[in-house]
Amino acid sequence: MKVYADNAATTKISDTALNAMMPCFKDVYGNPSSLHSVGQNAFHAVRDARAQIADILNCKSDEIYFTSGGSESDNWAIKGTAELMAKKGKKHIISTKFEHHAVLHTLKYLEKNGFEITLLDVYENGIIHIDDLKKAIREDTALVTVMFANNEIGTVQPIREIGAVCRERGVLFHTDAVQAVGHLPIDVQNDNIDMLSMSGHKFHGPKGIGALYCKNGIRLPNLIEGGAQERNRRAGTENVPAIVGMAAALKEAADNLSENTKKLCEIRDRVIDGLLKIPSSRVNGDRTARLPGNVSMCFEGVEGESLLLYLDMVGIQASSGSACTSGSLDPSHVLLSIGLPHEIAHGSLRLSFCEENTLEQADYIIEQVPPIIKRLRDMSPLWERLQKERGNA
Amino acid sequence: MEYSEKVMEHFVHPHNVGKIEDADGIGEVGNAKCGDIMKMYLKIDDGIITDVKFNTYGCASAIATSSMATDLIKGKPLSEALKLTNKAVVEALDGLPAVKIHCSVLAEQAIKAAVRDYYDKNGIEYDEAQFHFNETHEHGVEE
Repeated sequence: MKVYADNAATTKISDTALNAMMPCFKDVYGNPSSLHSVGQNAFHAVRDARAQIADILNCKSDEIYFTSGGSESDNWAIKGTAELMAKKGKKHIISTKFEHHAVLHTLKYLEKNGFEITLLDVYENGIIHIDDLKKAIREDTALVTVMFANNEIGTVQPIREIGAVCRERGVLFHTDAVQAVGHLPIDVQNDNIDMLSMSGHKFHGPKGIGALYCKNGIRLPNLIEGGAQERNRRAGTENVPAIVGMAAALKEAADNLSENTKKLCEIRDRVIDGLLKIPSSRVNGDRTARLPGNVSMCFEGVEGESLLLYLDMVGIQASSGSACTSGSLDPSHVLLSIGLPHEIAHGSLRLSFCEENTLEQADYIIEQVPPIIKRLRDMSPLWERLQKERGNA
Repeated sequence: MEYSEKVMEHFVHPHNVGKIEDADGIGEVGNAKCGDIMKMYLKIDDGIITDVKFNTYGCASAIATSSMATDLIKGKPLSEALKLTNKAVVEALDGLPAVKIHCSVLAEQAIKAAVRDYYDKNGIEYDEAQFHFNETHEHGVEE
């Protein structure tokens, strides 16, 4: 059986998105800036896509800026706000310990350039405490940036409450919603969001395309100087097929949101319950306030990379936050941020599902994982030691 | 990052996995915090490694280097096993990604630790310089 369970890394493009894109390569190939009919067709395609996305997020069309993806949107929102607010003497930014590197590394860059950064604790369940945020906000706080849902452990933050606190205190609020858009209901007005980053390929759209929602009135500095695209703020001829594909994918995701959520929660919970039967296993992060398709677990005494490569051999594609999959020496900062010791964090496994996955696949995973864990534990001196310590051997 | 076919072969079907209950020398290196531990068991007869087994906790390259290193010293005299370098293990595996070189260092160290254990147990004198390595296991050690 083949089971692609790494949808948090990227998704397969949907037929709907692909079919929407094809004419943009063949017929609607004009430059949206051209005044002739071929160009105007492309202009309309981009305009309609923008309106569709704005409608789903409940904002205005001119509040959507197309970018190359989530990382670019995060960089623009954070560096742009920093530049804007520094002029007002505000050089303090609040975020969380387990943001995506697109946010964390941007904050590190700003820290080197004179900003002060406060990273909120996310506790064992992977969710911030609103009181911590309230205490962290200062007179000179320029921005609060908190991810909507975590890419590794899938925990979902109380975004509306965070936004409300920011509104009350007069601080701008950005959220990296790359894992949430298309998977959770989002209404930027109701949720008190000033800026939001999204990425097309996380919800069956194409890669290399994303968007930044930026509330009107926030004058972010231009990201790319040049032509008049994206309200003069990000120059460059639009990637028309990708924009159209992303909008089509988002529309499909939004139309099927409740149905998909129900199905995914069922798959997710079955897999978690099934894999928790493995001794010395645990779920990472809150069990309920998490993305419908996210399973993140740790298995003691095994190393994540070996686990995921053996899983690949039986047709299951997953990911791990072990050091060995990141190319760095430490396990993922996300797993460490929720208090896991290094040796446990090394044994992590993330399975991320989409609506194409099935309960049969869930059962296949539940059947395939335990013997692989056993095989790895049987040859693991760490497991042997743990068993001795616990008097099991 | 990409593994060679040889690495994948030794990872999927590792040679010499297991323990030797009456081993003459046992060496364990690495630590749980770094995500890799190698334990080597040697059976030694008349200065020859007649059998070798390993247990490894770690990534694919840790398992593959353990497998390859044990292959390379099996049936060899101790003097030869002590000369095995991490570089030779890497070459035998048709290369390792740069971030994984430390796994091959661990394999070399595990063998040396097991030989030293044998020497210590049997009161055999040896030149300490032969075993000069950092047991705390350094990452990022280049070839």
